[in-house]
Amino acid sequence: MQEQQEKLTNKPRRCRVLGPVAYEYTAANTGSWRLERPDVDFSACIKCGTCEKYCPTNVITIKKDQKKCVEIDFNYCKGCGICANECPKKCIKMVPERSEG
Amino acid sequence: MHDIKHNSKGLIPHGMSACAGCGLELLIRKVMDVLGRDTIIIIPPGCAASFSGFGKETAIKVPGFQGNLENTAASAAGVRAALNAKGNTHTTVLGFAGDGGTVDIGLQSLSGALERRDRIVYICYDNEAYMNTGIQASSSTPYLAKTTTTPAGKPTARKNLMQIAIAHDIPYAATASIYNIADLQRKVKKAKDTDGPSLIHVHTPCPTGWRYDPSKTIEVARTAVQTGCWLLYEYQNGKATINYRPKELLPVENYIKLQGRFKGLTDEQIQEMQKYVIEDFNKCIKRLESVA
Repeated sequence: MQEQQEKLTNKPRRCRVLGPVAYEYTAANTGSWRLERPDVDFSACIKCGTCEKYCPTNVITIKKDQKKCVEIDFNYCKGCGICANECPKKCIKMVPERSEG
Repeated sequence: MHDIKHNSKGLIPHGMSACAGCGLELLIRKVMDVLGRDTIIIIPPGCAASFSGFGKETAIKVPGFQGNLENTAASAAGVRAALNAKGNTHTTVLGFAGDGGTVDIGLQSLSGALERRDRIVYICYDNEAYMNTGIQASSSTPYLAKTTTTPAGKPTARKNLMQIAIAHDIPYAATASIYNIADLQRKVKKAKDTDGPSLIHVHTPCPTGWRYDPSKTIEVARTAVQTGCWLLYEYQNGKATINYRPKELLPVENYIKLQGRFKGLTDEQIQEMQKYVIEDFNKCIKRLESVA
């Protein structure tokens, strides 16, 4: 008993925090959930940025000075289709992932 | 202490484990864009708990903690008091809770925080049921909506959180919807600058619980406002302003037909619902105009 007390008083545990703490900022590979991928018709795109604004995963970037003006990060795109549904020119189509072969 | 293993735009990573087409995920990104890094976030268990992380992984760059379901506002008030004691007045304290954690379980702590005039921003994302535990009805579930605890449609109407907040006469309270992001961000900015409690009640459609195709999240949110099922207004320093008032309400069928939770309603029930929605809309407008 005495030993234990000595242990406790002599070597206090150094805790900076109490309880479980999340300290790693990471991202899951949500691109693997996708069943359909958005396919952009670049010639009809007017670069309005509606898809960028409404994308819940924030993976769309509009590059106004490039020919391929809509850049989508397919590592994280969940394939929900909000961009295709909201596009004012309807120039985004959802293509099934499997058909590419 | 905080390892950043991923680079992304904004304060939330791309690979968030919310459902495809989740309205909440869009909401928190837009809210954190406005509030910035100088924020402490309090999240109760619920759908938003996936942001505070599991194990050692987190999905948000700002500090925060996950409290209990009933004390989000009380925890936020405590954090505010600690910051005030340290002389810190610039940090925003954000309580980010769902409708279950706000209108049902957390109502007493929210009411206490509003009454004490603690300077917190409280955002309620309203997906109209307990989605995280399997779509049980909450008191924010609308009339005749099917959930797992009300399989024949909810027999009663929803609780009006905004009127409860206005009854406390707080400096700033507003409703918002995710289809109008400019309006939402303006309101969050106002709430941030308010010296006192502020509450924003946001309509966030949920594709899993409302049983519609994930691509229609924004469409559903927009139709809710156009049919009068959701009204955009704000209450600031004793004055109410209606932000968007449709000239003519669309028939409520437009909203119902998009969603699986209203499937199988008889014509009589649809008419009953239409009547209820218009009555409620006019009542709300009348009440707001008397305050304005």
